[in-house]
Amino acid sequence: MGVLFDNLGAFGEGLRTTAALTLASYLVALLVGTLVAAMRVSPIAPLRWLGTLWTEVLRNVPLTVLFFVFFFGFTKIGVSYVPFISAVIVLGCYTSAFVAEAIRSGINSVAPGQAEAARALGLTFAQVIVTIVLPQALRTVVAPLGSLFVALIKNTSIAFTIAVVELTRVVKELASVTGEAIPLYLGAAVFYLLLTLPSSAAIGVIERKVAIRR
Amino acid sequence: MRKRLLLALLCVATVLASCGSNDEPSGGATGTTGKTPATFPAGSTMDAIQKKGKIVIGTKFDQPLFGLKALSGQPEGFDVEIAKLVATAIFGSNLSGKTEFVETPSSVREQSIIDGKVDLVAATYTINDARKEKVGFAGPYYVAGQSILVKKDNTTITGLDSLSGKKVCTVLGSTPLKTLQTRAPAADLSILFDTYSKCVEALKDGRVEAVSTDNVILLGFIKDNPGLFKLVGEAFTVEPYGIGVKKDDLAFRTFVNDTLEKAYTDGTWAKIFEKEVGKATEIPTPAPPPIDRY
Amino acid sequence: MTVAVFADPLGPRGKVKVAVATVIGGLAAAGVLFIAFRRFQSNGQLEAKLWSDLFTGEALRFFWGGLKNTLKLAGVSLVLAMALGMVLALARLSKRALVRWPATLWLQFFRGVPLVVLMLFFYFGLDISKYTSIVMGLTLYNSAVLAEIIRAGILSLDRGQSEAALAVGMTDGQVMRTVVLPQAIRRMVPALVSQLVVLLKDTSLGVAVLYEELLRRGELAGEFLKNKLQAFLFVAAIFLIVNLLLSSAARWLERRQGRAKKVAPGGPVRVTGVEDLTVA
Repeated sequence: MGVLFDNLGAFGEGLRTTAALTLASYLVALLVGTLVAAMRVSPIAPLRWLGTLWTEVLRNVPLTVLFFVFFFGFTKIGVSYVPFISAVIVLGCYTSAFVAEAIRSGINSVAPGQAEAARALGLTFAQVIVTIVLPQALRTVVAPLGSLFVALIKNTSIAFTIAVVELTRVVKELASVTGEAIPLYLGAAVFYLLLTLPSSAAIGVIERKVAIRR
Repeated sequence: MRKRLLLALLCVATVLASCGSNDEPSGGATGTTGKTPATFPAGSTMDAIQKKGKIVIGTKFDQPLFGLKALSGQPEGFDVEIAKLVATAIFGSNLSGKTEFVETPSSVREQSIIDGKVDLVAATYTINDARKEKVGFAGPYYVAGQSILVKKDNTTITGLDSLSGKKVCTVLGSTPLKTLQTRAPAADLSILFDTYSKCVEALKDGRVEAVSTDNVILLGFIKDNPGLFKLVGEAFTVEPYGIGVKKDDLAFRTFVNDTLEKAYTDGTWAKIFEKEVGKATEIPTPAPPPIDRY
Repeated sequence: MTVAVFADPLGPRGKVKVAVATVIGGLAAAGVLFIAFRRFQSNGQLEAKLWSDLFTGEALRFFWGGLKNTLKLAGVSLVLAMALGMVLALARLSKRALVRWPATLWLQFFRGVPLVVLMLFFYFGLDISKYTSIVMGLTLYNSAVLAEIIRAGILSLDRGQSEAALAVGMTDGQVMRTVVLPQAIRRMVPALVSQLVVLLKDTSLGVAVLYEELLRRGELAGEFLKNKLQAFLFVAAIFLIVNLLLSSAARWLERRQGRAKKVAPGGPVRVTGVEDLTVA
């Protein structure tokens, strides 16, 4: 047990990197995901195909494989970034595929009658989207987007395979140096729970607040 | 109905789970029908291995020259051949089906021996006192030294002292890492991987500026990537490679040592070295190191 | 719902605009592909040998061994996770708080800890074999997901079914076993197949303990044949194909259920809130 307290500094550093990785990747995922969702519902066929390609590939190839392809594979064609940035890119793009699907579902969940009624009232395309569809879609989308955030926290642990010094890498290193793997890994579990449980709870609160009462 | 289905599922699951523990196919080199294997005193490890019908050897799977898994599914290299000497001494020269190779990267070598998951480990395993507290060592069968690998056109790194602030890559939890931490504390050791091959890739891609581990391992990577890398500075440690066995098994350790010494005197060791290491790295075959029977 | 619903159908000018945008979009897409192609070429990554080496008999057998291990991991873990998930789901639905709470704690724990940390703990902490560590991690983690799916499946059933069964004189256990679960499970099958896709992806975490599943085999092949980029792309393609096939199977099963008259109203189970478990 003492081994945990002796290394609180290292744990802290790992936690900070995990948090930074999560936030940066989530930002990328939201931006890219929204763009891809827009592409998927646009009337321009090539954009629709690219969007579908993006989501289908990134949702069916394992995250670990994506890390390896990007970090160890793409350097061969000159695409090379430091571990942290590489991880942000991979995690961000991976999560963006799920974000895009969540947003698309959200848009589809708004009853067509709403848009039809809005058009009947004479609202323009932009007005329909911004004042009628999006507000309702966003409220449906909160829950899955929140889930994706929690999933992202856990997915950052895979970044250790490309030498990012986040929490799991810290624990792995300490375990091999001190030999006290059990308390260290249990400590890691606790730290991750400290990140994921409050996040889940917060998302639950937000979700209930914006829930559409049907 | 429900219950029976559940029960059936559980049975299937247990059966599947229990028949799934083999990671790699077993098998070894086919030899000509040779001399009959020796007999060993009952209760000895050699006897147990013979009765088991196969010897489980821990080695590296991604280390060029020493233990590199070929597409055939079998690893090849200097460590592999040395370990096979022990196998031959127990089973005779026909080793087909009698050797099973298990991957033992640096971090699990001791535990694999202690847990009995392997009969012995030949995986660029440096003998040191700390490890001797947990496992026993036969040999050494080669003496390497830690050195530094850089890109061919690198002029800033010339040795251990010029590593300050430079990104150096090595393997998590390895001896070279500990040495770097004590003797080059100002080096940037943030980029570490679980295998040396990943470090060399990182060097190739410019992610790190140097890779440090045993010189003979580095020489393997140099030969694998002609014209790309070079060694700098003198070897700054002495790394005797030994065969790891259970700590208290003196009889087995003696047996392995005897096997090694025989290979020294009858020229087999030199032949193996030339074939696995010398040809690829152009290192002249040295004299085999004196066995340390402690 | 396509964009057409948001606005009136396009007039002549609108159609021209879309047509122009489509052409520009098409050119842009082709442009991107061309740049990627040139990148590969200028770095020598289009050399035939780098690619053809992956398709020799020996290499294909090597990869097939890895794929077999991957499928084995996924299959075994799915079966075990279903059994465990069933127990947990029933526990969570129990009327007794003493049974409910431990199950809830269990689920919260295994949904909050990263899968790879579990595997590393089993392998390095408890010295369990690589294979068993991966299976245990996958089972514990996915039992939490499946418990939720099963619970949703059970709850989605029309209450009238169980009420009628109770009225006829069956015990709670009999109701569950003979009326509720059979129907719930049938409706869960599409969701289960989707979870199999997730499970297959998660097996690639086995690289963390250097188990020779498909990705690790790809790594080793890339090291041996000196074609890491090609080997990893090959592995990615295999995963893509297998998972796309499984997903289509799931969708086909879902459609079949929508058409079948035997299924109680409500249709197949659709579980929300498990997007967080579609990881790795």
